[in-house]
Amino acid sequence: MRKESAAPAMAPFRLNAPGDLETLRNKIIESRDPNRPEIVVCHGNGCLASGAPKVAEAFKAALAETGINAKLMPGVKTTGCQGLCSKGPLVQIRPQGYFYERVQPKDALEIVEKSVMAGEPVERLMHKDPETGKPLYTEEEIPFYSLQERLVLRRIGKIDPTDISDAIAEGAYAGLAKALHSMTPEEVVREVEKSGLRGRGGAGFPTGRKWRSALSAIEKKGRPVYVVVNGDEGDPGAFMDGAIMEGDPHSVLEGLILGAYALGAEQGYLYVRAEYPVAIRHLEMAMAQAREYGLLGENILGTGFKFDARINRGAGAFVCGESTALFTSIEGKPGNPRPKYVRSVEEGLWGRPTVLNNVETWANIPLVLGRGGQWYASLGVPHSTGTKVFCLVGKVDNVGLVEVPMGTPMDRIVTDIGGGVSGGKPFKAVQTGGPSGGCLPYSLKDTPVDFDSLTKAGSMMGSGAMIVMDEHDCVVDLGRYFLKFLEEESCGKCLPCRLGLTRMREILDGFSRGEGSEADIADLTSLAEALKDGALCALGGSAPNPVLTTIRYFRDEYLAHVSDHKCPAGVCKHLIVYAIDPEKCTGCGACAKNCPVECVTGEKKEPHVIDAAACLRCGICKETCKFDAIFIE
Amino acid sequence: MSVCATAEIEDIIDRYPGRPEYLIFLLQDIQSSFGYISQESMRRVCDRTGVPLTRAYSVATFYQSFRLDPKGEHEIKVCLGTACHLKGGQRLVEDLERRLGVAAGETSGDMRFTLDTVNCLGACAISPVVVMDEEYYPNMTARKLEKQLKALNAADAAQAKEAGNA
Amino acid sequence: MNEITFTINDQAVKARRGWTVLETARECGIHIPTLCHHPAVTPSGACRLCMVELRDGDWAKLVASCIYPAAEGIHVYTDTARVKNVRNWIFQMLLAAAPASREIAELAARHGVTGTRFAAKDPDEMCMVCGLCQRVCEEVVGLSAIAVVDRGVHKRVGAPFMQPTDVCVACGCCVNICPTGAMRKLFDSVRGETATKLTQLAV
Repeated sequence: MRKESAAPAMAPFRLNAPGDLETLRNKIIESRDPNRPEIVVCHGNGCLASGAPKVAEAFKAALAETGINAKLMPGVKTTGCQGLCSKGPLVQIRPQGYFYERVQPKDALEIVEKSVMAGEPVERLMHKDPETGKPLYTEEEIPFYSLQERLVLRRIGKIDPTDISDAIAEGAYAGLAKALHSMTPEEVVREVEKSGLRGRGGAGFPTGRKWRSALSAIEKKGRPVYVVVNGDEGDPGAFMDGAIMEGDPHSVLEGLILGAYALGAEQGYLYVRAEYPVAIRHLEMAMAQAREYGLLGENILGTGFKFDARINRGAGAFVCGESTALFTSIEGKPGNPRPKYVRSVEEGLWGRPTVLNNVETWANIPLVLGRGGQWYASLGVPHSTGTKVFCLVGKVDNVGLVEVPMGTPMDRIVTDIGGGVSGGKPFKAVQTGGPSGGCLPYSLKDTPVDFDSLTKAGSMMGSGAMIVMDEHDCVVDLGRYFLKFLEEESCGKCLPCRLGLTRMREILDGFSRGEGSEADIADLTSLAEALKDGALCALGGSAPNPVLTTIRYFRDEYLAHVSDHKCPAGVCKHLIVYAIDPEKCTGCGACAKNCPVECVTGEKKEPHVIDAAACLRCGICKETCKFDAIFIE
Repeated sequence: MSVCATAEIEDIIDRYPGRPEYLIFLLQDIQSSFGYISQESMRRVCDRTGVPLTRAYSVATFYQSFRLDPKGEHEIKVCLGTACHLKGGQRLVEDLERRLGVAAGETSGDMRFTLDTVNCLGACAISPVVVMDEEYYPNMTARKLEKQLKALNAADAAQAKEAGNA
Repeated sequence: MNEITFTINDQAVKARRGWTVLETARECGIHIPTLCHHPAVTPSGACRLCMVELRDGDWAKLVASCIYPAAEGIHVYTDTARVKNVRNWIFQMLLAAAPASREIAELAARHGVTGTRFAAKDPDEMCMVCGLCQRVCEEVVGLSAIAVVDRGVHKRVGAPFMQPTDVCVACGCCVNICPTGAMRKLFDSVRGETATKLTQLAV
């Protein structure tokens, strides 16, 4: 990411005492003019893919073209994910805070002339109130943002993640300075314990307790001890960890350094998924800048504390999100989980005591230390404290990154924040926890989203993907999808997982063809239980969850497949037929032209017909038809 | 293997200490330089890091990002994350398989196209996503794919013609 | 204190420190089925046939006895409904995955599993990819001629690049340790030219 302004406000210099950080922060803030116009272009994953880089270029060109007042020096700043991904590219104008969505390069000149130069809003590019259609000017007015509680995400979308002074101005490393100045390592651990923070990676193990066990292990086995960031976010539909690493790499780094201080670690590792090259680049830059400033490396903040970290790029293996597999991967081996009944805090990386936390967990640590464990514990609900970042995806209007206090009802997230399913119908189900989680039906829409409530309902928190499904999504198909995903991603070491996933999927394949019986559903359930009990690691042990919860909540839909040979959602290919409504068909021939097997026929300007026997059910005709004449029987 | 390539492999190997823990780093760097990991380069990495060839081969076949054969001129990746799946990602794979005459994970006989699937690129807001030669194409449909492939073919033909003229 | 006391199927047993539950059971003559376990190599916990149930009041959990360390006062059960369910499904899947293995069929029959609901993919297949051959070659022979290749459902046993390797000295340890008889057939895919010559010399 580039920044249009000149060099960073402060030349790097080494911070020699914890107090120097506050001094530097004040200097940075003083050196900045709060009224300077700024064009903030989101460069999160979604916006990047929908053309944000071209929009940023267009703004630069527009600024040059208008020859705007040189004294004002408006800058074009690129940030990490601002959250409302489905409406990208997103652009915000400061100081007014105007929030523009779906901005195209051709809009740049108008925005510069009206908003940057005259301070006027461009209403046509603003988010509209879903009920009144009234334009909403700023983030604060948009329910998607105003109903959230953005703490972990507080700097993301505001700062240029490649510029440490931007992060410091917004409070980065304040928690570290405070801890190094006035807290012993023991006090840091106690603060984390007090916060009630639970691991954000899936299982929700209390972070403080993990650190405490590591301390006991160190007492027994001595040092070295390692601190590790699990950035191998692999749940399909989850991108919050990627967004945190890309948008505010310093929050993860600060958390890790605090952990190292608490445990007396000198070496840390950040294991980051290969599919996140931007996250890797931003973390590398953050680490280099932190080293220059004396926040990482030898003699941190002049206190004599020494710690450094290294990035390991993942090489494409979902199973490496499992702790022991991640360790074997860092050691340079295939990521097979280790069959051990010894916890990794005692015997982790290189057989040493190791604390592994996921990205979001580490990013919470500076908050806990900065504002206190007690304050943190007051957020959320008693056994799930703090906030959680979710990726709201699927058939929902506002797809994006959402942060809410733990315990927020599911419907508030999906409908109030997410805008619900397009077209205003109720959602069918929400899938949480990815391939290890479950599917909760609309009837459980008031379920508080926290670790224990989700588990009780048969699903799980997982890393925080929330996939909204509507009436056109089939639960049998979703089960097949997750099993297929895991067949490829399983390490293949233990038999229940390697053989069982395929066999479960084959039974579902049968259902999707309308084959099978209630006895097969019973067999599937029993085999699923065998996997839960028998698999070596959590990947296999939790793999049956999507199938088991859908059988529990959507049994009728399974029965419709096996007994009535129907797929109510119209997804399973063998059970559907594409047909053309002669009333609606205009005979334009677009479908016939695009059909890969030429099975659509008809005279020009006359209704066409589909030869069901030859049809591949690829759906291209339906996608092509502009008159909505093609339907699924 | 050319002398030049051998020298480049040696350069890459010199970037890291010759220890087994750097095996994955080395294979990644070799792949990003050459597009794949040749038998020769794997043997050299093993010699230097003291890793048995069996382990390097296990590693190279375990992780999805490693490729043991050269890839095609154009790389097409279809995202099959959950959001992309719900919005028809699998249909796009099948469509591409038909059009290119290859199965996912394979390279066409003329070495022009490699078709791959990936598990979630984190761009769920614009699903289904197809990545062609590192460029993201949001909200993809079979028709848009066809258009894109045609454009790619036309560009290649123009380039070939130019090369022929020169 | 070098002795640990716990129960298996409500019968008190004694284990030496460092023993696993499986080792203790074998010492006491209690049968627990396994395929991927061999005392000569590091246990890997891959086949999951040796699962046993740990119970403490209402609490229960299944563990792999080949790697679970014997501990004071635990209660182990080898034939509960949950254990049998896991075993039954693994045997059924094995009968379909390696239908040509007499050894698997015999062990399955001993546990009452004589048929499978699953279709066999390759009627001649004997290998279940437990990795014992790879472990014995690396840990005991010290050569590492055999690799476990690929992952997930594609996992298989072979030599690097799936070509015979002259690292193999044809010692035959892998053939001997193989629990399913598969290595007798796979051997030639690992053994290279050098190894062939060595064998001939040895003969």
